[in-house]
Amino acid sequence: MTHNKTYIHDYCTIENNEIVLNGTSVFKMEPTIFADFSKQAYRNFDMQYPKFFKMDALSKLAFLGSELLLSPITSSDKENNIALVLANKSSSLDTDVKYQESISDKENYYPSPAVFVYTLPNICLGEISIRHQLKSENSFFIFEAFNTEFMSNYSNILLNLNKADMVLCGWVEFFNDNYKAFLCIISTEENTKYTNETINTLYNK
Amino acid sequence: MEALKAELKNKIITTLNLEDIAVEDIADNDALFGDGLGLDSIDALELIVILDKDYGIKLVDPKEGKTIFQSIESMAAYIQANRTK
Repeated sequence: MTHNKTYIHDYCTIENNEIVLNGTSVFKMEPTIFADFSKQAYRNFDMQYPKFFKMDALSKLAFLGSELLLSPITSSDKENNIALVLANKSSSLDTDVKYQESISDKENYYPSPAVFVYTLPNICLGEISIRHQLKSENSFFIFEAFNTEFMSNYSNILLNLNKADMVLCGWVEFFNDNYKAFLCIISTEENTKYTNETINTLYNK
Repeated sequence: MEALKAELKNKIITTLNLEDIAVEDIADNDALFGDGLGLDSIDALELIVILDKDYGIKLVDPKEGKTIFQSIESMAAYIQANRTK
């Protein structure tokens, strides 16, 4: 295996009612709940994807970040070999709890298929793949905290084995309206923007 | 019947999270799937839940859904003929 150097191209952070793209705040709201923040962010960037409103909070969070990073580089008339490698701490627990509550009354037992489909964390990868027509590698990991070394190594292996031309890598954590997303695009194409930066330093900025 | 149709439109918009669609945007004979409202397979399952939960109708044969869920008109007619609550 050839070990080509890999480079971070763009990154996006979403937390505390703010979206920061490549270090610049691009959307910010006064403190509010995530449902409101995510809806306003969607409208602000004119994303034009009604299925967004059907997603659970974790998928909305991953979708918003990935949309800002992938929309400028994906195209519907060519294959986009961009692998997705995401992780978080709470898996899909936020939706799992909501689903469990919705079926706890045996006298009023009507499980919602639309909620149930989001009771897996990797569904958010499917949502991103559908949006950008990706038929590429994807993995979702659960860690106690963002394991930047693992994520970086995993992404580098995918790139060096030519399993992907680019990797969208990051952390998307959501539970009880507490959230943080950090997503970045990595490839072997040389980029001088973040030569001294690593996933770890950008995540902790 | 008109009240039931309006009720169904409201339920569909709310339950299926059709954020950018208003009751006035849905004509009684618009296709609910495909080129019409563009509902998907998960939405179809939610419609089956609505029939059961709100109108006491259990669909035994899923194939029936294709005819029943063609439009608001067909859905309302089926509910009116078969509802138990």
